Amino acid sequence: MTIQEKQDEIIEEFELFSDWMDKYENIIQIGKELPMIEEQYKTEDHLIRGCQSRVWLHAEYKDGVINFTADSDAVITRGLISLVVKVLSGHTPKEIAGADLYFIDSIGLTSHLSPTRSNGLLSMVKQIKAYAIAFQVQEQK
Amino acid sequence: MDIEAIRKDFPILDTKVYGKRLVYLDNGATTQKPTAVLEALDHYYKTYNSNVHRGVHLLSQQATDAFEAARTKVAAFINAKHTYEVIFTKGTTDGINLIASCFGRGFLKAGDSILISAMEHHSNIVPWQMICEEKGATVKVIPMNEDGVLQMDQLPALLDDTVKLVACTYVSNSLGTVNPVREIIKQAHSKGIPVLLDGAQAVQHIPVDVQELDVDFLVFSSHKLYGPTGVGILYGKEEWLNKLPPYQGGGDMIKTVTFAKTTYNDLPFKFEAGTPDMSGAVGLAAAIDYVTAIGLDNIQKEEQALLAYALEQLTAIEGLRLVGKSPERSGVISFLYKNTHPFDVGELLDKQGIAVRTGHHCCQPVMDFLGIPGTARASFAFYNTKEEVDILVAALKKAAAMLD
Ligand SMILES: Cc1ncc(COP(=O)(O)O)c(C=O)c1O
Repeated sequence: MTIQEKQDEIIEEFELFSDWMDKYENIIQIGKELPMIEEQYKTEDHLIRGCQSRVWLHAEYKDGVINFTADSDAVITRGLISLVVKVLSGHTPKEIAGADLYFIDSIGLTSHLSPTRSNGLLSMVKQIKAYAIAFQVQEQK
Repeated sequence: MDIEAIRKDFPILDTKVYGKRLVYLDNGATTQKPTAVLEALDHYYKTYNSNVHRGVHLLSQQATDAFEAARTKVAAFINAKHTYEVIFTKGTTDGINLIASCFGRGFLKAGDSILISAMEHHSNIVPWQMICEEKGATVKVIPMNEDGVLQMDQLPALLDDTVKLVACTYVSNSLGTVNPVREIIKQAHSKGIPVLLDGAQAVQHIPVDVQELDVDFLVFSSHKLYGPTGVGILYGKEEWLNKLPPYQGGGDMIKTVTFAKTTYNDLPFKFEAGTPDMSGAVGLAAAIDYVTAIGLDNIQKEEQALLAYALEQLTAIEGLRLVGKSPERSGVISFLYKNTHPFDVGELLDKQGIAVRTGHHCCQPVMDFLGIPGTARASFAFYNTKEEVDILVAALKKAAAMLD
């Protein structure tokens, strides 16, 4: 599936929930399915700075695609990063660097991308893009 | 106290969020404004807006009269001995910066220290660090215990010869602790040390009498006292305010200006450079009128009863941990659910129509001391009801079930 198709699937899934609490229930559930970052990567190096809830992110570049694992100490953030990881993992650096993550807005969680919120999602998206660009540069060499 | 009638005075309380009636429990951050305050602002701008202390024309006189009447009202509210001991500022933060800067320039030298408490808001830490760094002085801290109670047995030893001023919060915004300020002032004064009280979380909950407290400086913000944002108060004893050098330079704070030398104005204008927040002062006066009409002791009684009820209900929730367990408390209740992150709880409450604050509440040293990332904090005003506490408790139980 393309990044776009994955996003559209998530949007469709979230259309089922009219109630905010159901939506959050689902997000928390999704968080539980997040490919767990291995303990060895849950270090200061992998901690994303500037967030009040802590987010760890690990990127692995293999066979032309990047796979991400992550974790957070806040479960809602964990659910959201899980969605981002699902959408972007397994794609090429170029696809990831150019991806527009419109699904966050569509499912009504834009506020999580607000810089004042500092809950980790925005910083994580930035970090993911930074990895993608770095791997892209590496590939071109 | 007729809470239903009171709630009608606060139009915003009827707001719906996510289709539910708003339960506003973030009064520690800022309080809502009664219609009387909104009308005073409206009236000011519609009928006599003009610059103060400057014009001969009628409107300027009316604005000046209203501004000075507001000062008189504030003086009466805190029982200042003289009206000119009341300085208009931008807020608590501004008032502390003023004293830190002026006191620092006037009285601090290398080797001196300022004594603060372990539960200060960043605004009562950073200005002191800045001036101390400049002067080669240090900031010392009265420690607290795990319950969020100051370790008063350490105070006598901390009040050594290096201490030039004690700056302490009356009520903690993160823990709800009411500090033994009378004892702190007494001990400091016995060594000739002045005391600044941060009254940001106190004046809206507890009747404050600066003469009875014998406090040297008191600062607070209008916006936490049902008044408009952008204005606040610094009270200072006349003798201290006269001894301090001026703060900012500009209009209004001068007597005569030549390029060679400026002479400064008398109190209170010496500390009020530039055009003040005139409408803010008028709005604050209206807020004080409103609060005084209900009676701050009535407010205190109602709020204490509500707080006791909330504490009892919250402690009954399994897995809920109170952060801050001082027996003397006011205003706020900080908590965590098991080991979950406060953001999660805050967000799940928000979606159920309940406004609480989450995070470190500008008290990172408190959170570091307790080894937690932050808390969720419910903070109460006299317009909050037991039903709202029940809604909070039900919503917390729902959030807890989702987070388990
Ligand atoms: C105890 C305390 N001190 C100082 C402040 C700062 O007040 P302001 O932001 O109005 O200057 C606050 C407000 O959050 C507070 O609660």
